[in-house]
Amino acid sequence: MTKDELKGTVLRILGTIAPEADLSQLKPDMRIRDQLDIDSMDALNFFIALHKELKVEIPEADYPKLTTLNNCTEYLAARLVLP
Amino acid sequence: MGEFVMPQLGADMSAGKLISWHKKVGDRVQRGDIIAYVETDKADIEVEVFSTGTIEKFLVQPGEKVPVGTPMAIIQEEGKPPGAAVVPVSRPVPPAISVPAPIPEISAIPPRPTEGIAGPRVRISPAARKLAADLGVDPSSVVGTGPGGRVTIEDVQQAAKTRVAPPAAEAAPDRQTRMRQAIAAAMARSKREIPHYYLNTTIDITPALAWLTQENLKRSIEDRLVYGVLLLKAVALALRQVPELNSIWKEGKAVPSSEIHVGVAISLRGGGLVAPALHRTDQQSLDELMKNFRDLVQRARSWSLRSSELSDPTITVTSLGEQGVEAVFGIIYPPQVALVGFGKIVERPWVVDKQVVPRSLITATLSGDHRVTDGHRGGLFLTAVERLLQEPEKL
Repeated sequence: MTKDELKGTVLRILGTIAPEADLSQLKPDMRIRDQLDIDSMDALNFFIALHKELKVEIPEADYPKLTTLNNCTEYLAARLVLP
Repeated sequence: MGEFVMPQLGADMSAGKLISWHKKVGDRVQRGDIIAYVETDKADIEVEVFSTGTIEKFLVQPGEKVPVGTPMAIIQEEGKPPGAAVVPVSRPVPPAISVPAPIPEISAIPPRPTEGIAGPRVRISPAARKLAADLGVDPSSVVGTGPGGRVTIEDVQQAAKTRVAPPAAEAAPDRQTRMRQAIAAAMARSKREIPHYYLNTTIDITPALAWLTQENLKRSIEDRLVYGVLLLKAVALALRQVPELNSIWKEGKAVPSSEIHVGVAISLRGGGLVAPALHRTDQQSLDELMKNFRDLVQRARSWSLRSSELSDPTITVTSLGEQGVEAVFGIIYPPQVALVGFGKIVERPWVVDKQVVPRSLITATLSGDHRVTDGHRGGLFLTAVERLLQEPEKL
């Protein structure tokens, strides 16, 4: 999986959490929570979906590292050891 | 014989539109079975039946919008002779409230030509059902092409395309508008009739958060808890100590509720909110509460709640902490007599054992109905919530 594919996966999962959102407008370095009006339950569902899809363990202490599309992709890429 | 009537699913509901029957004439139903799918201004609801018997006749057809209390079906109750006195079998309708007259709306779905011909339960996803409701398509009239004949979103879209154009009276307010009108009616009524009093207290939530962090370290991601679950359980247990706050105002007096069903205010994507019940909140473990809370939020946001979840709350809890709010002074949702609010967690200097230390604090508020309780009892309640949150392992 390339980073672009990984980003696509993240966006697809976000689409299930916020189906009304136009994800093409998502700014990659701004907080996802602020842009999509996501609360803690949505965030938990997002992390669970990432875990299920990518088989990546995400400790609760790491949640603050997954706040934007870019840092989310970077975090997951490192966990998946992507190029 | 009994009537199944359009239930009142909250103080802000005056009418509902039948989307589909989940049973057909001649079917046996048991208490708790889903019998119908109803659209209200706030959500699409799976409506349960509260008696056991056989469906004798449908009085309302899919697409019809009828006022609360309207008989929708006749059920021959077991153990009662046919033709016996008609006794409502649905959940008792809460006292009427003065919501505005139902919004005039002409159904886009023509009534079925004959009554009592509803087919078997339609297999359809919540999303497809919502789309069908939005497009004015009767799900039972759609041929499903999904697994097991399930009606898919594409099936609904196709059915909408091939349907004859609806009458011109389609310009009814959209759901967001109707939801806002419904909330406005209930809240205006509450402020007119309920003499609110407000109390607030600052709670040191550091022990609860520390316990939660340690607890979540032991758990897989799917089993982790959110701190809101601790707040809900603390409120539910505190109500055991001040039960008069867990009452319903009915016919001029407070009627204590025999069980504690905390309604959780859930904001909906795109605006508006609902406050469905977590049944028997005080009796659920934290794991059960988390599982059910998560499920409730997901179903609320996909417009797939059950009637009992909307009709049963005995108190409401709302939290606006994630929106950056420090304290919430909410409006009581009639016929309830209290509402509990929580603000955001803030890090502040706090005195513990005569030492100033940084602590995580949260502001808890109580909106109380002064006809039922006074500040003394309200204060005891908030103190109980605070005390319970100091020993989270016991929740």
